[in-house]
Amino acid sequence: MIEVQSLCKSFKVSKRKAGIGAAIGSFFNPQYRTVEALKNISFTIGEGEIVGYIGPNGAGKSTTIKVMSGILVPDSGRCNIQEITPWKNRINHVKNIGVVFGQRSQLWWDLPVLDSFNLLKDIYKVPEKEYQNNLDLLTATLDLSDIMTTPVRQLSLGQRMRCEIAASLLHSPKILFLDEPTIGLDAISKIAVRNFIKTINKEKKVTVILTTHDMNDIDTLAERIILIGKGQILLDGALTELKRKFATHKTITVDYSELYSDINIEGIRILSQENQRLSLSVPLDRFNVSEVIGQLSQQMEIMDVSVENRPIEEIIVDLYKEHQL
Amino acid sequence: MKPYISLFKMRVLKGLQYKTAAIAGILTQFFWGIMYIMIFEAFYSSTTNPQPISLVELAQVVWLQQSFLVFIMLWFRDNELITQITSGQIAYELCRPMNLYSFWYAKLIAQRLSAAMLRCLPILLVASLLPEPYRFSLPPDLITFLLFIVTLFLGLLLIVSISMMIYISIFYTMSGTGSLLIFGVFGEFFAGMLIPVPLMPDALRRVVYLLPFRYASDLPFRIYAGNIGTREAIISIGVQILWLSVLVLIGRMWIKNALRRVVIQGG
Amino acid sequence: MKLYFKYMSVLLRSQMAYRASFILLSIGQFFVPFLAFISIVLFFQRFPSVVGWSLYQVALCYSVVHMAFAISECCVRGFDSFSSLIVNGDFDRILVRPRSTVLQVLGSKFEFTRVGRLTQSLVVLIYALINLDVQWSPYKLLTLLFMIISGVFIFSGIYILGATLCFWTVEGLEVVNILTDGGREMAQYPLNIYKDWMRKFFTFVIPFGTINYLPLMFIFDKTEGNSLVYMLIPLVGILFIIPCLMIWGFGVKQYQSTGS
Repeated sequence: MIEVQSLCKSFKVSKRKAGIGAAIGSFFNPQYRTVEALKNISFTIGEGEIVGYIGPNGAGKSTTIKVMSGILVPDSGRCNIQEITPWKNRINHVKNIGVVFGQRSQLWWDLPVLDSFNLLKDIYKVPEKEYQNNLDLLTATLDLSDIMTTPVRQLSLGQRMRCEIAASLLHSPKILFLDEPTIGLDAISKIAVRNFIKTINKEKKVTVILTTHDMNDIDTLAERIILIGKGQILLDGALTELKRKFATHKTITVDYSELYSDINIEGIRILSQENQRLSLSVPLDRFNVSEVIGQLSQQMEIMDVSVENRPIEEIIVDLYKEHQL
Repeated sequence: MKPYISLFKMRVLKGLQYKTAAIAGILTQFFWGIMYIMIFEAFYSSTTNPQPISLVELAQVVWLQQSFLVFIMLWFRDNELITQITSGQIAYELCRPMNLYSFWYAKLIAQRLSAAMLRCLPILLVASLLPEPYRFSLPPDLITFLLFIVTLFLGLLLIVSISMMIYISIFYTMSGTGSLLIFGVFGEFFAGMLIPVPLMPDALRRVVYLLPFRYASDLPFRIYAGNIGTREAIISIGVQILWLSVLVLIGRMWIKNALRRVVIQGG
Repeated sequence: MKLYFKYMSVLLRSQMAYRASFILLSIGQFFVPFLAFISIVLFFQRFPSVVGWSLYQVALCYSVVHMAFAISECCVRGFDSFSSLIVNGDFDRILVRPRSTVLQVLGSKFEFTRVGRLTQSLVVLIYALINLDVQWSPYKLLTLLFMIISGVFIFSGIYILGATLCFWTVEGLEVVNILTDGGREMAQYPLNIYKDWMRKFFTFVIPFGTINYLPLMFIFDKTEGNSLVYMLIPLVGILFIIPCLMIWGFGVKQYQSTGS
């Protein structure tokens, strides 16, 4: 479906110092330095996958997305998406893809949503029947019927993002690029957007490539993540595997009413203990969670217990640290 | 006075940064200057009747117009200021411990000065190397030059006090488009930017002399060109000062009224 | 082409959303050039002619150029304001849509308030036609029409060139005004009133001569020789758009390789 092989891309960035003298100097003699945005990037993505493409700011995420959507020509390397090289056959390629830039709108600001959709229908030359089907489906699943006739400028951010996603799917693309689709959304809108992405992936087999800084997006959506940093792929694998690899500890939190003796189990770290609540970090290679709880119940009167995995957020932070990003 | 000076300095520095734009502007203005003089030359060549202003004098006026364009253009707008007014953010400006009218006045003057500083000298310098009748030359004598400088700066103050009126009107209309357009178009016409004031028919010229617009551009430039004598120049300075004090006075009173509106509206 | 008109109707509706400012701007667009024309009339009160051209002859020339300018400013505005598309990153959006970039940029903006300027130039055209003492023939009317059409293409070509510059620099595009606004101001008089180098530049580099001096000679019966040649000269101006579009294509390629 998508094959990317040894992509490289570097940019020239002009150097400028502060001050009038330096400004005049750089006008006559501009200085550049080269930034390697992509260094030998390769991966393959199959049909129907949802891939989380993550990395800190400036890692090369959007450069990759731009190359894959045909906006940018790489210095070297190959990219094959449904048998098409995006930058060589831009127009044929972009018929098959949908792109949502979370921070930019593709809708016409002063017009009702439906007008924007109709215009997009003509731009993509979507046949009437297909358009009606898609529109009905999108309106129903994204709950757009009430806002269809509202000018875009009057929509809330959450409403607008739902419309953006609908707009990028009107021409039934096989691949959807989502660049920070949940940025700035409130909790309810985030969940709605996530659910929708899941639905279209399942029902229409749309391949989704998602960049985000919200790890909950990754957690609920992605089956696989690709981590990029400083232009290189650092990690590429299933999310469950990543969790297994990095979720070496579980956190047990107990509320108790009475304490019989001090808690001190060799090898278990106490994270906090106050107001009759105790948090422990249990290394899974040496302990069994139920054993630990059993042991605790002998030392205190337990009111409530919860067991949590390490949040994915922390895992990613660890990953970034490990690769010194 | 000190906050105004440092504000002014910042503006000049900011204006200096956009050097590419400045160079482009110089080229553009230079082109317009040459084109206008060519058109005037063509018109002058079609008659032998003496005209109230000679082609050489007219060339001086054209070059000064082009190089001091940002001094005399009414539509030189400050979008920041307009959004501040229309969005109601102006309330924050009220928190600062200075007079709003003077504050803006300083800001607007600084803007025009910084934009002109970069442009006027290169244009005039190159223009002074051109052959006759295109050449820009030195004024006839020192007194003329001093009169030119005085009237030019009074003219700048005058233009800014007119544009202050435009900005204040935005408090009421909530859109800068209309007032800027009307003032810009007619102001330009009455300032002699489209047809030089001496070439206007008598009736129109009489109207133009009654309005403030020509005192900012036509007056100083023609003084420089030697088309206006010392006596008339000194009287005109009086007219400039009169207009200036009237406009500033009205402006200050009007802004007070306008701000009261904002306070009431903003609650 | 259908899509172009679709874009047009959609954007017309969206501009109508701001009715007051639309009307005001249209009126302004009427008066700005109108006062310029009044100035020309006033010039002719003092001077009998300019290098042999009468007021009405200049008025005809003026109306043709302003009409072409108004139409191209309305319809090719997307290129004129192209730098904002680059700055906002909206050009990326255009690249991920399966239509030509030229069409999409054209469709990104229309400036319908130019109807004011168009009206103004129509008024001047009628004024000129009523007062001119010319033997009109179908050929001459056709030439006049060609002049306007060709003018639209020339101005559009300049806008496209200016937009292409945005791929390299966002600052300093004011120079392009020399060719658009400057070209308009200049070509409102017959080109032979200018110095030789100026006339040559605006005939052979930017072909304003093909919609101005040369066909005017034909309309005012100042030509000798084959009148068909003079009649078809305006069409040569249309060809100007071809190199402009090629340069545009080159600019898009440049954008795709630097992604600036």
